[in-house]
Amino acid sequence: MEEAGAPRTARDGIRAAGPLAVVVGGFGISFGVLARAAGMGIAAPIAMSMTTFAGSAQFAAVSIREAGGTVATAVMAAILLNSRYVPIGLSVAPSLQGSRLPRFFRAQLVVDESWALASEDDGRFDPGVLLGAGLTLYVAWVAGTALGVVFGDILGDPAALGLDAAFPALFLALLAPQLRSGSARGAASVGAAVALALIPFAPPGVPIVCASVGCLLGLRGGPAEAP
Amino acid sequence: MSGTWLLVLLCGAGTAALKSTGPLLLGGRPLRAGIARVVGLLGPALLAALVAVTTFGGDRALTLDARALGVGAAAVAIRAHAPVLLVVVVAAAVTGLARALA
Repeated sequence: MEEAGAPRTARDGIRAAGPLAVVVGGFGISFGVLARAAGMGIAAPIAMSMTTFAGSAQFAAVSIREAGGTVATAVMAAILLNSRYVPIGLSVAPSLQGSRLPRFFRAQLVVDESWALASEDDGRFDPGVLLGAGLTLYVAWVAGTALGVVFGDILGDPAALGLDAAFPALFLALLAPQLRSGSARGAASVGAAVALALIPFAPPGVPIVCASVGCLLGLRGGPAEAP
Repeated sequence: MSGTWLLVLLCGAGTAALKSTGPLLLGGRPLRAGIARVVGLLGPALLAALVAVTTFGGDRALTLDARALGVGAAAVAIRAHAPVLLVVVVAAAVTGLARALA
């Protein structure tokens, strides 16, 4: 992310996403284990990872089913958790050129991690990195899910290994390089505070979408503010 | 159709719609400077919220448990410029260790 200026390619995206793919593959395995334990069989969890491709929403939906919740409740939780992809989609829209169908498919490859990697200092997103990183993480997520559903029995309980702390650690590692400017640090503080304040009162996912208000700090700063 | 496959279908369709709303509505057109400045802060705001919620989020309550220790250790590793894989391993190891000792 240091060598700003030159346009980056899909190859750069693949390279940047390599280490993250190991982590996302690990999440995929633990999702596969959970889905198998929830009685979803083998094909359905893999199909879900191929078509939904959003870790937290899939974990939430499957956990709700495992706890005896209805399909409607599980889908609602997944939709709420993924509603952050509306603002995320708006932010990458200028980077996705071409006709409607390729735009649609490239939009499906956008996940938190590829979005963070593709972020440029000026609020734009590199289309090559979005594509390369998105594809890499997609393959890792689907392959991890398949490993988890097939070999889940011998892998044990992911929470005992501290895997639930791997989520925030990964997000923190993606956040750190984006905190160069004062307004970025302000937006991050507001976002975290809003989300924490809403956790006790709002369904899962809603606190994260509401944290988007942190970016309104951008209305305040003038164009003179350098990163 | 079984409940499981209905779940897969609806989650997939819903997510596809959410992810493609922006790119289909205004794909390819550049953002005005003011909007771009706001959008540029969306990353820090959403990523910080994800960190906060996955560290302290419980079942409709704020919780303080072994995850916070792991994330604290991850922050130290990030400050020391550790590669992302090491950061994640440190967080998981510290959290797992704290649980084993508790």
